[in-house]
Amino acid sequence: MTVTKPRSVPQSIDETLALLTSADYVADRALATVLFLSLRMKRPLFLEGEAGVGKTEIAKVLAEALGRRLIRLQCYEGLDVSSAVYEWNYAAQMIEIRMEEASGKVERSAMERNVFSEKYLIRRPVLDALTGKAGSAPVFLIDELDRTDEAFEAFLLEILSDFQVTVPELGTIRAEEPPIVIITTNRTREIHDALKRRCLYHWVDYPDAERELEIVRTKVPEANSRLSAEVVSFVQRLRQIDLFKVPGVAETIDWAGALTELDKVALDPETVSDTIGVLLKYQDDIARIGQGEGRRILDEVKAELAAAE
Amino acid sequence: MAEPFPETGQVEPEGRIGDNIVYFARALRKAGMRVGPASVKDAIEAVLAAGIGSRDDFYWTLHAVLVTRHEDHPTFDEAFRLYWKSRELIEKMLAMFSPVAPDTREKVKPRAAENRVSQALFEGQQKNRPPREVPEIEVDARLTFSGDEVLRGKDFAQMSAAELAEARKAISQLRLPFDLVRTRRFKPDPHGRRIDPRAMMRSSARTGGQLILPKFRSNRQVHPPLVVLADISGSMSQYTRIFLHFLHALTEKRRRVHAFVFGTRLTNLTRQMRHRDPDDALADCSSAVRDWSGGTRIGDTLSEFNRLWSRRVLGQGAIVLLITDGLERDHVDGLAEEMERLQKSCRRLIWLNPLLRFDGFEPKARGVRAMLPHVDEFRAVHNLDALADLCASLDKNSARSVDPRRWMDSGARYAA
Repeated sequence: MTVTKPRSVPQSIDETLALLTSADYVADRALATVLFLSLRMKRPLFLEGEAGVGKTEIAKVLAEALGRRLIRLQCYEGLDVSSAVYEWNYAAQMIEIRMEEASGKVERSAMERNVFSEKYLIRRPVLDALTGKAGSAPVFLIDELDRTDEAFEAFLLEILSDFQVTVPELGTIRAEEPPIVIITTNRTREIHDALKRRCLYHWVDYPDAERELEIVRTKVPEANSRLSAEVVSFVQRLRQIDLFKVPGVAETIDWAGALTELDKVALDPETVSDTIGVLLKYQDDIARIGQGEGRRILDEVKAELAAAE
Repeated sequence: MAEPFPETGQVEPEGRIGDNIVYFARALRKAGMRVGPASVKDAIEAVLAAGIGSRDDFYWTLHAVLVTRHEDHPTFDEAFRLYWKSRELIEKMLAMFSPVAPDTREKVKPRAAENRVSQALFEGQQKNRPPREVPEIEVDARLTFSGDEVLRGKDFAQMSAAELAEARKAISQLRLPFDLVRTRRFKPDPHGRRIDPRAMMRSSARTGGQLILPKFRSNRQVHPPLVVLADISGSMSQYTRIFLHFLHALTEKRRRVHAFVFGTRLTNLTRQMRHRDPDDALADCSSAVRDWSGGTRIGDTLSEFNRLWSRRVLGQGAIVLLITDGLERDHVDGLAEEMERLQKSCRRLIWLNPLLRFDGFEPKARGVRAMLPHVDEFRAVHNLDALADLCASLDKNSARSVDPRRWMDSGARYAA
């Protein structure tokens, strides 16, 4: 991504809110407060919430608005130090050893220094995040932490409290300025309290109708205003039903975009059943909405919007 | 909530606001939230950093630091409302401890955590009430080792208190299952099949690169998560109590054991089971569960589990033990679908049914017939032998004798 000149962090909650708005992220005051605190107190921000409510987006928007580099560590089961922190370039090290041997003057301590020097160090996201210069520390996004195992969590504890990493062969690498850390989880398992304690916690909830409408208007400006209102109202009602997976904000935006591409100006039952796959991703849920319940919701939406006019 | 925050003095760490945050944190702690001294310090720092603009900002500032679990949000909300609503805090504090009923003006409906929070805040008033009676489990201290064989085959439901105590002891000595699954992590292993370049490079540096000896590594293996869904309705509670002991023994030996019980609704007992002492753990469980020995709504509770918990606890190849007699009180609509979803979300679904102890058991009940096609194993769990079998079976793959199809055939005959 293009890196503009790094900006300094906002100085108040209002400034934080303005910063997010300027980058097209419609945030509520609660989120702005916790984000401001995390920037001010230099604490990692721990965002928990259902999939598709805009957790990852916060990190992206923050990096863009502050003109910082975004370093992303996507977690998965079996993530280990060599793919998260650093790895040595073994092939190059072997060649280095052969070259020194060939030149005929092999001195052990010098060779060890050469072989294990920064030249052969492959930096992975964690190490990369600790290289920020003062005033331009990167945004470090640790995405979907719940996918990795407890062992990696314990390892993160050290990094998040001291912002330093120890490479046995090289020594301790410390961040000149700690990165802005944002951790997201979908709550597929509980994260240990010890890790949460070091962070500022925020539960990212589904937005209310008013804010969701604002989000759709910002993200899909070409959508007809009646269509956006109907889409938002429909999704809001879907969230009140016991579905296996209720649609997130990302799905709302996708749906509004999809309907706009189809040149729709309002919802009708056929369109809803044709495009419901954008909103719902489980067959049970789709079948349920298909069987009359979708039509009932749509009627309610129309009635409500007609009453509001 | 945009009203200006009531004046609470200047923002000084050693001023009243600091004290108030300390007291507020104490109230939260009593209401069951985990608020350590470090978070209190953080809270004061956070308030200093954010300044107090409006009541709303103050609320979210404290929320950011003091709340670390989504479940705690209602508790915090209620505590905040009760604690910070006053202009004259000290007077209100006095009011809280005097026997006058608390202000109920803005209350519309009872809120989720209200009871717990007010109990924490108004603890003084409750002190002189007689303690609620807790059903006591009699423990017989005599140890008789004879008759072990008889005990092993005896039905839990027919045991006396003394025999139950012994059964519990036997359970704590069971050889627990040692099932392992491969992970994608590695550990150094001289007999491993994969080469470990990092270890090779490190050891070769020791000899100055003269010798580069091969080193090996292999996949690390871990216990998969174990999730237990136990029925505590009237007909099942005796078995479930014993089974909770078994579960406690498991929890001690391995991490990632999740326990849920259900009657008319689902309760998560995982945290309670972590207690070192089994009696303490069970006492905790009893107080956490509200519907011991009531009716059963298997379909509804499974649906709740699937919706709220399956994604959180069934990752990484979990094994699910479902303990119920399958006698659904309500309708059985949707039960088969929920069972199917449950089976598809886990690695292995084992149904433990104490009714299987009867030789002539046939899956007649509609609930049982709806559930049977969607389990991987169908076992008895009524005595110590059955538990030992279960342990053995977790180690290896399922045997023919527990294949649910054996029962389904006879069920089909019955239905026809």
